[in-house]
Amino acid sequence: MTMIDERRQLSYIAAQAADARVNVELETEGMTLNIGPQHPATHGTLRIIARLDGEQVVWAEPSAGYMHRGYEKLTEVRTFPQVTALVNRIDWLGSFANEVPFILAAEQLMGIEAPPRAQHIRTILFELSRIANVSLFLGDLGVQLGAITPVFMAFRDREYVLNLIEAATGGRFHPNFDRIGGLKDDLPKGWLEDTKASMHKLRTFCDEIEDLLFGNEIFQSRTRGVGIIPKEVALQYGLSGANLRASGVDWDLRRDRSLPMAWDKVDWKVWTHPDGDCFARCWIRLQEVREATKIVDQLCDTVPSGAVMAKVPRIIKVPEGEAWVSTENPLGEMGYYVVSKGDTGPFRVKIRSASFNNISITPWLLKGVLVPDIITILASLYFILGDIDR
Amino acid sequence: MPTSELASDHLREALVDRLRSAIGDALVGSHLVAGVDVWVRVRADAWRKAGLALRDQLGMDYFCYLSAIDWMPSPFGRSEDDPTAEATERDDTIRQGYAGGETRFQLLARVVSSSTHVGINIKADVSEDDLTVESWVPVYTGANWHERETWEMFGINFAGHPDLRHMYLPTEFEGFPLRKDFPLLARLVKPWPGIADVEPMPGVSGDDEGGE
Repeated sequence: MTMIDERRQLSYIAAQAADARVNVELETEGMTLNIGPQHPATHGTLRIIARLDGEQVVWAEPSAGYMHRGYEKLTEVRTFPQVTALVNRIDWLGSFANEVPFILAAEQLMGIEAPPRAQHIRTILFELSRIANVSLFLGDLGVQLGAITPVFMAFRDREYVLNLIEAATGGRFHPNFDRIGGLKDDLPKGWLEDTKASMHKLRTFCDEIEDLLFGNEIFQSRTRGVGIIPKEVALQYGLSGANLRASGVDWDLRRDRSLPMAWDKVDWKVWTHPDGDCFARCWIRLQEVREATKIVDQLCDTVPSGAVMAKVPRIIKVPEGEAWVSTENPLGEMGYYVVSKGDTGPFRVKIRSASFNNISITPWLLKGVLVPDIITILASLYFILGDIDR
Repeated sequence: MPTSELASDHLREALVDRLRSAIGDALVGSHLVAGVDVWVRVRADAWRKAGLALRDQLGMDYFCYLSAIDWMPSPFGRSEDDPTAEATERDDTIRQGYAGGETRFQLLARVVSSSTHVGINIKADVSEDDLTVESWVPVYTGANWHERETWEMFGINFAGHPDLRHMYLPTEFEGFPLRKDFPLLARLVKPWPGIADVEPMPGVSGDDEGGE
């Protein structure tokens, strides 16, 4: 921590000195830099308006809304089973994980629970979408910092996971596989063995990325001590997931909230990092992919037999009530506040997505950083545009 | 419901009691679902006071989200009906949910304690004559964007918000899309195709609740 402080202090002094020099020599004026909406670092269409003084950001504000699809309104004219097709598209890299909290909320209101086998398979698919999501982050991170190789490795190895998801659900990106009371189908024959074999490949991928990227001196100097978020600030902004754990908060909903899923049946670890800088956030995500492969491995060995679907009426009417269920999605806490009036569809659904909170910290965080650090910070916060705009 | 969590009910009951002792009769309603979650309703004029009490006295340091609910049943129904069919009688009484309520609009927020991991849902009635409450930005900085979104979608004003601008919609947009009386035009101009395709499963004569 002291090293970070020192480094931060030195870079601040250097920046101030440079500023003073430039101001005396050149009489600089402020400049407005427009990043996006179409920029590789924006994972979609996020526009960032930054006012600069020299190379330093004086003021920055993300402008969202280029991809707002109004899912909260649309859920009000859909039936409960139809909503999963919508919420699939919120975080499109980890689609299956979006379906789970909504289905769990509906099940909680109906007072039913999926059979153990379905819970197990749900957890496996949930973790597979985490791997698919975060492994892309690890590759993309390299590109944004100027290293082109990791992204090819990421796309290569992510394909194994996507193939597994496709084999089980029929969809590579939008499985739409979760049902109230269980799952659409059982797993295909031989799928569990294939999954275990692929998990081994993914662990090798993590090792490669760690060697190639995290041990790299340029990568370290660009991420260490940059974009530090203290714990208190992170909580105030409602940061979640790896961003929160990188600030030293030991909180993972998979462990700390009891849900009818299978995470409590296996052995894994929640990683935290005390630094709260870009490096910590990236490092936590790397560890999370590793832990996810471990979870999947163990779950594949212990899938119980039985049905994958509980007895539910053919036309689903959810009793009147309100429920809040959130899970630890690849991007952070994803939750649904579901209000039902005893109808076939929800009365109101509030979608609490992780990236919306995660990115709302940027006006605070970008103040005073240098222009190249904007990209590093955005990359390390890791957002999906669909998850901001909904 | 997982039975292991039932022990934490005392925890949630204690939360409500502590909030009541902090803000007094500004807490007008509460609802507890055993071992699952807790809801409280506060008066709108005590909205910020309740936020401060939650943050400082109840240790709710994690801001989850802030939004609103429009309890008026939609005058357009669920837009699944055949537009040529005879209009059916629609129940348009306003019925609020957990922890009660008196107004059409209710604020809804959730804050969580990062140490105990227990959260609380907090609601407040917002009178339609004056859709204004005090902003939570001085309490939870992260409420900034959420209040902008709620203002844009429901038309609820937040007094003391530093920067109440449109979040998603164009600046000149009129209306409040998440209100129930805002029509979803795509559904009004073209009937939902899904409803026409429903036919009973083979061997099932009834129209619903077939079961297995």
